[in-house]
Amino acid sequence: MLLILLGVPLIAAIVLAFVGDRRYAAEINILGSVANFAAGLALALEVYYHGPMLAGRQFFFVDAFNVYLAVLTSFVSMTTAVFSRRYMRREREHGRIGAIRMRFYHAMFQVFIFAMLLCLLTNNVGILWIAMELATLSTVLLVSLYRTPTAIEAAWKYFILCGVGIAQALFGTVLLYFAAEKVLGEGGDALLWTNLSRVSGQLEPTVLSLAFVFLMVGYGTKVGLVPLHNWLPDAHSEGPTPISAVLSGLLLNVALYALVRCKVLVDGSTGTHHAGNIMMGFGLLSILVAAFSLLRQKDIKRMFSYSSIEHMGIATFAFGLGGPIATFGGLLHMLVHSLAKSSIFFTVGHASQMHRTQDMDKIRGLFRGNPLVGWGMMLGVMAIVGMPPFGIFTSEFLILTATIKDAPLLTPFLLLGLAVAFAALFKRVQPMVSGEVPPNQKPMTVANLPVLLHMALVLFLGVYMPDFLNQWFHTAVELLK
Amino acid sequence: MHLNIAAQINSFLAALILLTAFGMLVQRRMYGLIHLFAWQGLFLSISTAVVGFVAGKQHLYISSVLTLSLKVILLPYILHVLTQRLKIQREVETIVNVPLTMLIGIALVIFSYHLMAPVRELSTLVTRSTLAVGLATVLIGLLMMITRRHAVTQIIGFLAMENGLFFAATSATYGMPLVVELGVALDILIAAFIFGIFFFHIHTTFDSLDVDQMARLKEGD
Repeated sequence: MLLILLGVPLIAAIVLAFVGDRRYAAEINILGSVANFAAGLALALEVYYHGPMLAGRQFFFVDAFNVYLAVLTSFVSMTTAVFSRRYMRREREHGRIGAIRMRFYHAMFQVFIFAMLLCLLTNNVGILWIAMELATLSTVLLVSLYRTPTAIEAAWKYFILCGVGIAQALFGTVLLYFAAEKVLGEGGDALLWTNLSRVSGQLEPTVLSLAFVFLMVGYGTKVGLVPLHNWLPDAHSEGPTPISAVLSGLLLNVALYALVRCKVLVDGSTGTHHAGNIMMGFGLLSILVAAFSLLRQKDIKRMFSYSSIEHMGIATFAFGLGGPIATFGGLLHMLVHSLAKSSIFFTVGHASQMHRTQDMDKIRGLFRGNPLVGWGMMLGVMAIVGMPPFGIFTSEFLILTATIKDAPLLTPFLLLGLAVAFAALFKRVQPMVSGEVPPNQKPMTVANLPVLLHMALVLFLGVYMPDFLNQWFHTAVELLK
Repeated sequence: MHLNIAAQINSFLAALILLTAFGMLVQRRMYGLIHLFAWQGLFLSISTAVVGFVAGKQHLYISSVLTLSLKVILLPYILHVLTQRLKIQREVETIVNVPLTMLIGIALVIFSYHLMAPVRELSTLVTRSTLAVGLATVLIGLLMMITRRHAVTQIIGFLAMENGLFFAATSATYGMPLVVELGVALDILIAAFIFGIFFFHIHTTFDSLDVDQMARLKEGD
């Protein structure tokens, strides 16, 4: 099942590269993603019934922590494929991209999904790094798809900054291998996460805490943590919207996943809260800086990119804080943020196509112009700022409770960040959705299903936590202790 | 005795790698820069082979050949062709404040030695003393990317960082497992194609490869 999950996007990518810009390319893209999601669900069932498992000569490893992220990745990529069908067709009609780039777009979309899934499922810390770099490389040229000066600038920044960052992570991995080799002996087995976590108590603490600094800077760049976040708003705002949705909704999660996996090893070795403190610092700084940056944005996609930084900061802070409640909150937060943020990007994509601009001052009257887009965006924003009864309220509430208990002095800062983000987002979105339909707005057919599905799930997770999810999270919390 | 000589050869090669890194930091001509990069790759490749011979690690030979073909032949060749196609071979970059850059570079080397001191204590390998050089090369590559404003130069800085990483991996652990090294090499290859495409895009859009022109994306006022 695991190999199918990884194989489907790879095959789909090859097929799409050959199919090119035929009429049904988008449908094949959807088909591949649906098959991928089915494989993801089947894998999840297997893990649910039989517990964690190793596959492919210990090369792959599935446990409660990565299986839910794998299902989430295949789900969001599926809905994004559905959304992208209408969206990209529209972009072609507007003449923003041509046939060759459509071919490239579809094939690279699947390669990107493959890279993220490989990242999540591999057991080898070295392969984890390689897959992360592959995920960056496959999206660089998607960010510059429109070939406008700003798009090329954004992609270049993305390429260079993430390249530099990820190089630091490789150095951290080298140090990790250095420490592991002493205990586990040479060869590929010494980089297997399952082996490492088994012997983490014997790994040299000085080397590991040094390694963590490099890993933190490296993967932290990809998570978009302040002050390593400079590439993120540009890359997320200049690319096509489906790509913004998967970058914000999925890739950031995957990078955070890598960081958390490494933190577990470092914690086991040092026995102190050193790694957690670093993560809390980065997380809190990200929340505050991103919240205040939200206030100054004019471009709609840029604003929501900053909101992604803020939420990744919250999740990083939660994992740094540690403890069962905060970790549970962090896991849930990754899930609901991903669903809500990609749904927001879907509506944002439609809204900016209707107005042919990403300038927030020119987007007006969405409620009247297109109720689904208007309400979708409004509800999405309500979810993302943490209003009950949406899922993000639950996760933020859990994280806040844990903060009050374990680090009371930090609570005001956390609250300040959340409040500023709340105010900033509402101030911007309110005028966009309400009011009369402006003359520059053109009606269009939109993809309803992705938005409705995502919002329903976010709402559902806020009201009721299904048993299997609960069990996974509890197992994952045990794993990450 | 045998080991001793090997350790000395390795230290000598480490010194050469560091020297080329400093050379790249201040080299203004595009061709000179590409040549320096190729030399650095060559030293890295020889050093990997020497370590492989001394330690009796077969997979280091593969890694050495990989470095030779990728970083001494293929990448410099691609860069060479690109600079000719884009007609930037005569371009001379102005570098702000050479002495200051050099001083920062030296500080970075000292910093690396300081940072790697505890790791060095723990290692029993012949190559342990050169681990700090690996880190220093990575940091100097980073410095180069920050101080230089030309797209090609930034890429060379990026590739020099990768050289440093490979060197660090060889010195610290006699190389990463083979599957990881192959994967990293593949990533570098893909990256090479991507920056090749990028140079053309940047060149056609901005009419120059000066990165300073790319300053449209700024925070709202």
